[in-house]
Amino acid sequence: MLFFSYFKELVGKEVTVELKNDLAIRGILHSVDQYLNIKLENTRVVDQDKYPHMLSVRNCFIRGSVVRYVQLPPDGVDIDILHDATRREARGG
Amino acid sequence: MSWPAPRDYALPSASLAFFLDKKVLVLVLDGRIFLGILRSFDQFANIVLEGASERVIVGDLCSDISIGLYVVRGDNVVLIGELDPAREELPVHMTRVSVPEIRRVGKVTLRSLCPAQKAEKDAVELKSSMRKMMEFLDVD
Repeated sequence: MLFFSYFKELVGKEVTVELKNDLAIRGILHSVDQYLNIKLENTRVVDQDKYPHMLSVRNCFIRGSVVRYVQLPPDGVDIDILHDATRREARGG
Repeated sequence: MSWPAPRDYALPSASLAFFLDKKVLVLVLDGRIFLGILRSFDQFANIVLEGASERVIVGDLCSDISIGLYVVRGDNVVLIGELDPAREELPVHMTRVSVPEIRRVGKVTLRSLCPAQKAEKDAVELKSSMRKMMEFLDVD
């Protein structure tokens, strides 16, 4: 559940989600669930010309299984807290 | 028939409940685009679309082919987007055309418009041509 908690910390920040079909979407992280399904608000497709059908989509739900990368803001993570959480998780709770 | 009331477990925060009864755009794994009103979903993102249509885009032309009530199995779903009625549904440079027109322009059947099926067809062709090459081995 580490990454679930981690993504919950990022809610409200602007992220870019790159999907396995090469579609990259930028938007405000609205919410995330245990499957790492992601909901974005105010979405904008990075390569607008290639994906014209996405123009009228403002809020979207992305299935966790199709996500390849999530690009975060540089200040999106407190490394020390993440380290601690990772060690705690590795120890089993 | 009535459905049993769902237990009051907390819905996941990234739930599709927000999209219920709204017009959505669904992107599926093979690249096709479906539009319709989201009537139901579950935790796997299996969804039911009412008044669904498939949006076929060929170059700058676009057409919605009506397909009625559609159930999409969750593992095929890539993205579900809310269609904002305030925004133009199509970019300005795109033109909406009739179904026969889009079929004519595509000069191919709907099936071959879908990249996954095309790849499958190519794979089958490759397999059969390899079989031909290996025929001297008398396999089977």
